[in-house]
Amino acid sequence: MAESAAHLSPTTVLAEMKKHGVTHVVWLPDSETNFLYVLMKAEPSLTLVAVAREGLAFSTAAGLATGGKTPIILIQNTGLMESGDSLRGWGLGLNIPVVLMIGYRGWTRHGVTTDTAAVYTERFLNAFGINYYLVESDADAARISVAFDEAKKNKRPVAVLVGDEYHGFNK
Amino acid sequence: MIDTAEMLRTFHPYRGNAIVVPGRGGRHWVGISKLPNRDAPLGDPSMGGHASFALGLALARPNEKVVVFDSEGDLMMSLGVLATVAEQRPKNFYHFLLDNECYATTGGQPVPNAKNVHYDALARGAGYPAAYAYDNLESFAINVERILAGEGPVFVALKVTPEVNNTPIGQRKKWQTRRPVEALGDLRRELGIAG
Repeated sequence: MAESAAHLSPTTVLAEMKKHGVTHVVWLPDSETNFLYVLMKAEPSLTLVAVAREGLAFSTAAGLATGGKTPIILIQNTGLMESGDSLRGWGLGLNIPVVLMIGYRGWTRHGVTTDTAAVYTERFLNAFGINYYLVESDADAARISVAFDEAKKNKRPVAVLVGDEYHGFNK
Repeated sequence: MIDTAEMLRTFHPYRGNAIVVPGRGGRHWVGISKLPNRDAPLGDPSMGGHASFALGLALARPNEKVVVFDSEGDLMMSLGVLATVAEQRPKNFYHFLLDNECYATTGGQPVPNAKNVHYDALARGAGYPAAYAYDNLESFAINVERILAGEGPVFVALKVTPEVNNTPIGQRKKWQTRRPVEALGDLRRELGIAG
């Protein structure tokens, strides 16, 4: 396998957003997503809505979805955990069909995980009953589509855990 | 101090066709509004989110005026929303703040630095092009028509009388006439949004 194929390309993520009609990216940047930011900013079909704390992403997305738009939430796992009550009240409580793209800080694949952000990420999602899909490379991109379809069908948030945070987005 | 119900009755004639997110004014607004299907009386899905929810609505429906009645306890939890609103600059966004200087639903304990926070100054400092503050109904009544006739985003801080509730939450009489999800469904149908 070519080296580039082992990474999750920001272009692939953007293509998935466009494929599913995303209109607004509600986000709080983390240090590894700058390349994606540059692509999103240049994409005329997307409006970027920067929030200052991740919990606000859920209420903002709820308003956008209620108004007939298709938001996506782009945050890191650390911010997701900060956002528990907003996820509960504004996301799950109002049946908001939204995909959460979560930067999986600390993900190692091999199980020897020293970053507690990674230790608690899946436990957190399980506690809230949020279904999630892991994507690590372009080969996993179809799982992003699964998440979009599931969110729309079940009218609830679905997470995509971006396990290539330290490679693809940072290239 | 302004009585919240009186303030909402004063606002009502100038509402026009605006979408209203009544926030913690909902208990009064449900009996005042004549356009319930253009209201989003959500109660308290999660504290701190009313303004950003209304912002999302305003961005999604740029041709509709969106009015939110936020509270200072909510805003204190989410001050960053002021910068997000100012950056997005939605012309159809009208941000009213009910400042009773306390957490009324939990017994009336003061919010941090309750009597000394100038929320209009915070909004202006975050980048709102216009921000006002009123502590009496007369001044509000004189200005509300002009404010709503102008462009947003605009911020209006209102000193309101606390309505402290010490009844255990489980024993409180529900003011909502619809579940939040039902209210949002009605709003979406009213706006012609499928699904």
